[in-house]
Amino acid sequence: MADTSESEDIVMGMTMTQKILAAHAGLAQVQKGQLIEADLDLVLGNDITSPVAIKEMEKMNVEGVFHKDKIALVPDHFVPNKDIKSAEHCKCVREFARRNDITNYFEVGQMGIEHALLPEKGLTVAGDVIIGADSHTCTYGALGAFSTGVGSTDMAAGMATGKAWFKVPGAIKFNLTGQFAPWVSGKDLILHIIGMIGVDGALYQSMEFVGPGVSNMSMDDRFTVANMAIEAGGKNGIFPVDEKAIAYMKEHSTREYKIFEADEDAEYDAVYDIDLGTLRPTIAYPHLPENTRTIDEVRENPVQIDQVVIGSCTNGRLDDLRVAAKVLDGRKVAPGVRCIIIPATQQIYLDAMQEGLLKIFIEAGAVVSTPTCGPCLGGYMGILAAGEKCISTTNRNFVGRMGHVDSEIYLASPATAAASAVTGRISTPDEL
Amino acid sequence: MREAKGRVIKYGDNVDTDVIIPARYLNSSDPAELATHCMEDIDKEFVHKVRPGDIMVAAKNFGCGSSREHAPIAIKASGISCVIAETFARIFYRNAINIGLPIIECPDASRNIQEGDEVLIDFETGTITNVTRNEQYIGQAFPPFMQKIIDQGGLINYINNK
Repeated sequence: MADTSESEDIVMGMTMTQKILAAHAGLAQVQKGQLIEADLDLVLGNDITSPVAIKEMEKMNVEGVFHKDKIALVPDHFVPNKDIKSAEHCKCVREFARRNDITNYFEVGQMGIEHALLPEKGLTVAGDVIIGADSHTCTYGALGAFSTGVGSTDMAAGMATGKAWFKVPGAIKFNLTGQFAPWVSGKDLILHIIGMIGVDGALYQSMEFVGPGVSNMSMDDRFTVANMAIEAGGKNGIFPVDEKAIAYMKEHSTREYKIFEADEDAEYDAVYDIDLGTLRPTIAYPHLPENTRTIDEVRENPVQIDQVVIGSCTNGRLDDLRVAAKVLDGRKVAPGVRCIIIPATQQIYLDAMQEGLLKIFIEAGAVVSTPTCGPCLGGYMGILAAGEKCISTTNRNFVGRMGHVDSEIYLASPATAAASAVTGRISTPDEL
Repeated sequence: MREAKGRVIKYGDNVDTDVIIPARYLNSSDPAELATHCMEDIDKEFVHKVRPGDIMVAAKNFGCGSSREHAPIAIKASGISCVIAETFARIFYRNAINIGLPIIECPDASRNIQEGDEVLIDFETGTITNVTRNEQYIGQAFPPFMQKIIDQGGLINYINNK
């Protein structure tokens, strides 16, 4: 009779995430809960988190960074510099990049919001292990990479050694079927999921999005979904690599990608089946992303709004701007409402200009900003006063996140946000 | 550091890093300056009432949201000696260990300890003693690997000494 020590040697099926981690730890097999040390393909930091990491790295007994091509430094939160202190932070990052000859430092003019920028620049591909000192680093799971947010000290250790420690996560499987109804998108899907499992529903776990519905989702929708895995407490969100993902990587990157698939007998902590066709436009009410309501529930008690933000690492990509433009074309932002639109990267800004989207926005009475995280985290470019309400395509609606502690944030898709700008209350395009 | 003793300041579920240290103060990375705004958006009195050695107790998903290490840094610099919660958000958990702020998961302690209680924590065994109520709760002791990081005052020292 086999005892337990022997049974542990039986080869168990692994999830997508576990396979990527095993390969980067030089192990044939890893199990949920196991502590491992993995090689890193990319270490990311921004203007808020990098200065702390740089200070920590200076305390280490190392000559410099482990690999000048495998570090990405993207000042994006408070740039163009919003005040003197922010300018000092950016200067610290710029000088570090220069000193260490960092290949992928992105100055104002080349930069974008980091999680839109890195895939666009081809720095993240399938099979990578990526850490970033920003919680939305989980975005690159859309391409079949393992990527996760860490703090500045992990970033410092990662920049110095090219390695990080991880506890191997278990996983929740989301089996997606069908396709979105008109005006429903990846944002509605991820808000629906967070509403269903809660802001700690995937704590310490991977969220693996699979099934025939995936191929019906655009890459921009997948980035949005993976981006908000953290809002369910997830360690990472990840999609399988299909033809659309391969086409995206071939268009943007010269790096070799590696496809990892979950074993058929991989074990999941939970499995959910979601028919994309049944989803309704979904809105997260203050002050947690899990406080979700469908538009039908919203209509029972209409919510008047003061501000609209369309942008961020969650929803500032070209598809998002196209949807917003489709809604705003020939219409006007409601009197008394401020509508702020922020293309996530310079390339997206340029594409939006060439496609005529910016003209539509400006004629509608919206303002269009250079790429910045700005208002999403209450930095600048759209801070709320006491009592004000904002519908936003960003990712968090915590107390005080966008300004005064008595202001309110409603999270929604670009389609819902744009329609709300026109009516002045939370609405969807079919009401226009 | 193998134990902590102090008076409890208590919070509820889903204390996020935006309320621990609002982003409008993230243009600084100076621990002392960050500490002056710690918990500001959830508890304006915190900075006035916290004393060195005090223990923070919270419920589910403490430290959710942004990865800003400024959050555990602000808590540590404000004098808090340990955070006890039912669960922690994972990035906060890593960050706290990495900067040498002791934290411990214990649903029992999280439920039963009240604001103002005097509490003693033994990190080696995970035992939490409520001196005020004469109760004991068993939390999760650190795995040896994490205990080493805490003992050396954080990840950087740990790597330097490896």
